[in-house]
Amino acid sequence: MKTEFNNWLRKGTPWIWINAGAVAISIVMVIGLLMLLAVRGINHFWPKDVLQATYTQPVNGGEPVSTQIVGEFVESEQISVGQIVSSGIPVDESQDFYQRNLIKLGNRDLTGADFSWVLEDYISDVTYPENVVTLERREWGNFYGFLEQVREGDQTIASVTEGANFDELWAEFNARLARALEIQKQIYDIENGAIGEINYQMERLRLEERRLRLEGDISAEVMGEITAAREELDTRYSALQGELQELYAQANRDSAVFHAANDQQTVVSLADVVMAYQANQMHVFAKIGTFFAKLGEFLTAEPREANTEGGIFPAIFGTVMMVLLMSVFVTPFGVVAAVYLREYARQGIVTRTIRIAVNNLAGVPSIVYGVFGLGFFIYIIGGEIDQMFYPEALPAPTFGTPGLLWASLTLALLTVPVVIVATEEGLARIPRSVREGSLALGATKFETLWRVVLPMASPAMMTGLILAVARAAGEVAPLMLVGVVKLAPSLPLDGNYPYLHLEQKFMHLGFHIYDVGFQSPNVEAARPLVFATALLLVIVIAILNLTAVGLRNRLREKYKALDT
Amino acid sequence: MSSSSTEHSSDSSPDVPEPQHERIDLSSDKMRLRRKFRHFTDKLAKVLIAIGGIGVIVAILLIFLYLFYEVVPLFRSAEINEVAEYDSPSGGQSPPLHIAVEEQAEISMRLSQAGVASFYGLSDGQLLSELPVSLPPATTVTAFALDSEESGVFALGLNTGQVIVAQYGYQTTFAQEDNRRILTPQLEYPYGEEPFQAATDQSVASLAININGDNLLITATDSSETLNLMRISKQTGLFAAFDLGGGSAAVDVVRAARTYSVPGVSRMLIGGDQRWLYLLSANGLARLLDINGAMRGDALDFSAEVFVTGGGARLSDVTLLLGGISVLVADNRGGLAQWFVVRGEEGVTLEQIRRFEPLSAGIVAITSEQRRKNFVAVDQLGNVAIYNTTAAREVFRANLLNAGARSLAISPRGDALIIETDNGAQQVWHVENEHPEVSWSALWNEVWYEGYPEPDFIWQSSASSNDFEPKYSLVPLSFGTLKAAFYAMLLAAPLAICGAIFTGYFMAPAMRRKVKPLIELMEALPTVVLGFLAGLWLAPFVEMNLLGIFSILVVLPLSILLASFVWSQLPRAIRHSVPDGWEAGLLIPVILVFGYLSFVLATPMEAAFFGGDMRAWITTELGITYDQRNALVVGFAMGFAVIPTIFSIAEDAIFTVPKQLTYGSLALGATPWQSLYRVVLPTASPGIFSGLMIGMGRAVGETMIVLMATGNTPIMDINIFEGMRTLAANIAVEIPESEVDSTHYRILFLAALVLFMFTFVVNTIAEIVRQRLRSKYSTI
Repeated sequence: MKTEFNNWLRKGTPWIWINAGAVAISIVMVIGLLMLLAVRGINHFWPKDVLQATYTQPVNGGEPVSTQIVGEFVESEQISVGQIVSSGIPVDESQDFYQRNLIKLGNRDLTGADFSWVLEDYISDVTYPENVVTLERREWGNFYGFLEQVREGDQTIASVTEGANFDELWAEFNARLARALEIQKQIYDIENGAIGEINYQMERLRLEERRLRLEGDISAEVMGEITAAREELDTRYSALQGELQELYAQANRDSAVFHAANDQQTVVSLADVVMAYQANQMHVFAKIGTFFAKLGEFLTAEPREANTEGGIFPAIFGTVMMVLLMSVFVTPFGVVAAVYLREYARQGIVTRTIRIAVNNLAGVPSIVYGVFGLGFFIYIIGGEIDQMFYPEALPAPTFGTPGLLWASLTLALLTVPVVIVATEEGLARIPRSVREGSLALGATKFETLWRVVLPMASPAMMTGLILAVARAAGEVAPLMLVGVVKLAPSLPLDGNYPYLHLEQKFMHLGFHIYDVGFQSPNVEAARPLVFATALLLVIVIAILNLTAVGLRNRLREKYKALDT
Repeated sequence: MSSSSTEHSSDSSPDVPEPQHERIDLSSDKMRLRRKFRHFTDKLAKVLIAIGGIGVIVAILLIFLYLFYEVVPLFRSAEINEVAEYDSPSGGQSPPLHIAVEEQAEISMRLSQAGVASFYGLSDGQLLSELPVSLPPATTVTAFALDSEESGVFALGLNTGQVIVAQYGYQTTFAQEDNRRILTPQLEYPYGEEPFQAATDQSVASLAININGDNLLITATDSSETLNLMRISKQTGLFAAFDLGGGSAAVDVVRAARTYSVPGVSRMLIGGDQRWLYLLSANGLARLLDINGAMRGDALDFSAEVFVTGGGARLSDVTLLLGGISVLVADNRGGLAQWFVVRGEEGVTLEQIRRFEPLSAGIVAITSEQRRKNFVAVDQLGNVAIYNTTAAREVFRANLLNAGARSLAISPRGDALIIETDNGAQQVWHVENEHPEVSWSALWNEVWYEGYPEPDFIWQSSASSNDFEPKYSLVPLSFGTLKAAFYAMLLAAPLAICGAIFTGYFMAPAMRRKVKPLIELMEALPTVVLGFLAGLWLAPFVEMNLLGIFSILVVLPLSILLASFVWSQLPRAIRHSVPDGWEAGLLIPVILVFGYLSFVLATPMEAAFFGGDMRAWITTELGITYDQRNALVVGFAMGFAVIPTIFSIAEDAIFTVPKQLTYGSLALGATPWQSLYRVVLPTASPGIFSGLMIGMGRAVGETMIVLMATGNTPIMDINIFEGMRTLAANIAVEIPESEVDSTHYRILFLAALVLFMFTFVVNTIAEIVRQRLRSKYSTI
């Protein structure tokens, strides 16, 4: 044994295995992290069973109080008895550890807090009642309770207490909910479409008038036109307002009476409900259906309740807009710079230095670019643009404040080294013989470049662009300074002239994660949503990166043949 | 390519000679034009690409220049330009009691020995109005005291022992026709026109007043060198609101329970919160009296006595710095010093905080600015200097006068300076002094801030009060940056380098093809996601499983060694079923199992040794502060972000070591480990080093992870269980709120420049090292 041990030691095997262990640990860390994100992120959409139980917690110097809890199980942990006792719950100290469960109770409007830690040992009578309903609401978070009545105005349409069949009641509820949702959609369309447009035009009229006044050539005639336009908008507005009131009245027509935990009765207006399901009754396929419905809502809806509920559509949209705009800036400039460095500039100490400098700029902290963008683009250039082109809006800044254009430009600057390096690498890989062939046939240098070299290098450029986009999509620190906000009132692209609003602030997936995870008032409730957002961001970036890697490999394969 | 080549081949088609075929005339006008056009496009493209390429490169370099451009004004000296010179209004025979400038630097006020306030245009000396203070008949002014230029309340001590309190100010109205602002000077008596009997019927020798809220404190010495204190408060009764500026404001007067004998005292100052009275003698002796104790009568002695002028110099002027905490002392040899009260273990002492660059002759007068911790001094030779106390910096010095000065004043915004010379002339100067608070020592050295027991490194850029002393030490931030980077590297460097060694040298190619993209994917993970996981998932997890985290550091290496030994003892058949270079794959289950075990077993161990809660044990037994979001969490999260950077560069370096070298070594009988250790690693070490440098650069500049995974408090403590604030996170937190072009804004730019320079230099070194390495291999 001893000799074997010495042998094992002498050959250096332990060191090799330690090194192998480092790789294994790294792999476990990456995969573990991705799994964690995936599980927690997907979990957000899965309709969970709702439990009902009695919780009897010991109280200092008194009779234990029993409460009924109805809610979803979230997670559990082991906690030492000392920590429980020090938090003021007199538990039996002979037991070292207790299991503590986090239950999502919802019903924030009734109980004040929608999460609660309960000790496993004091829970009794756990059941999963079939008829418990989960409501996703526009306000106050989720609701868990039992449907009792469906009402239309003050009239009771159907009620369990009056002997109605529960299934019929549930069907009635769903039918009316579908109607309410339809009306809500119409309200949304009017508020965001027509009324948004009127507001926008009103603002434009105000600025137009101000501009004319500043220039001093306002005539009674022009003024009359403006007033007429304003009156026309006003009449349209009041018409829409009337329509809206009608719709609101319609939407609020129906309500439902629920009883929640501890026999609390509450009336929920159907206008407040986004989604309703009976999780405990659902079989797997129904759950999958709800899963996709919730996923769809997440991807396409707007956020609710200070971003902690609802969807993240504006953040996705903002990220995509910003990245697209950035690509428009970064591609031509990056490619031109790379072509210049590789094909036109004389290769020498200067080009080498520039190459190293460009390479190193990719390693400069992104916050530095943010600072540059804020100081140079926004305060200097933006301020100048405002003075020259938007004096009517001053002192409110138009371009002299963080916005989409400046964010894209800043990120373009941040990612241009990536594109330059990748394109240069692609250009360098193209064999000399190909160029010489083209030149020998009489093509000029530019023709060779345009017709031969660049098409062959295009996968490299794509790789560079994709890497740039992946980096830009995940970057948050500079954006915090140059354009993202937690909640943008409108999308940067809409139906109002000039359609693309470069000066607007926008929402961003990465910033959404930071903001909701760290700045929101109800972190516990928002956490699943943040996990889902993070998962989405990671998936997008992973796909982009893998595409880039694939392209790069294909490119290498392609020129391997030419090299030989 | 296709179109041009087909064109050519159809033109000449040599293999099908057809004489009758119409030949293309290459020198036809059309072809010539076309050639010209092609030539022209070629040239144009060359120019355009050159312009574009150089433009992009310049734009990138612009970042550096722009940061520099924003930072440079910080270190610029003040500039002074003469605006006007005129004879003092209201006669310049005797020195004035006081000169003051109004907020907009349009009007100045000169209070004469006779108690007449003259208001005149600052730029032209045009007299606007003269308002005399109403003195009782047959009295003369023997002493003067000012509360502050901000309030404009001053007091005149008379030869009868009486004190009159008055206030100068300006009423702002707007002209009807063009909305022009009109300032009307006025003189008011906020505590009534009736004089207060501060001393017994002897004349007032020295005087000090201070207003704190509604309380006016008057301290006066008389010709028998007795100190009297009295506190006067406005009656804020029910009807006080209706008593609009009436001549006889109702006041309560409380006199100190006792008087003090203060021989030799020539000047007095009352500290900002009416806590301390500073009594100064002409020989430089300063005495400190507890005002509250004196009012009650139980302060039997002075709290401190010290000579504030060194080496027998005589006191020439003294003033309070903005905020009323520091006393600025000037002597007749040109010496200038800042003193304030420090509470030490052996009670209260008056300490000299710092001395300033002395002027060349005895100082005539000093005055402090009203918004910043600056002061101006003028000496007998006419040398004028402007100083900032926090930065211990002389912002400006020049000989501005040819005659001796006798009084000076600086405007509230610090942009206008008035000096009255001995011959009664007033000179007005425009001062450009934007960023006096910054100096090398203020940024990087320990600074003794007001109210602190000792010099310290502190970052505290803003506060609610006006007279706040901004603390711009970059040391805590740089320390935090390096601390975060250090803990990140502690995790990342061993994992990444060991991983790179195995992947680059031992790993089977099939596995390597899968592992490399996986680790590169790790690099692409957005840091905001890592930061979020670190802050919201890892930080609570670490807090709950502290012992598990530490035990895993020991258990994992041991379990790997154990697995290695066990594997080597397994029968040959089993061992040979797994080819060489797949050890990492074999270890994954081992790591999972032992990692899980160390968390599971940590719980009972924690109960046995640490009372069930290691976190509480650390705080109570070891007395170490534990923040939930701490350096340990940052180390894990940022280490995770840095691993792939180091890994891919180091792996590249190891993998590209020419195979001949290893083959040679193996052929000579070395084991694989020996060839790695003796041949491959030394050859690849520059590459590994450059990987470490670049990883370090990334850790230093990382923003989101630190922002989310630490508490962002700028403390200086190496403790792994406490947080930090890094330069990058500090910029992200503070720059959106800082005022454009303010000192704070520019210092944040300086922080960005420091980050930029640091990473740029580190990356450049790494890059050069790597290129050297590459060219070395290319010869082998």
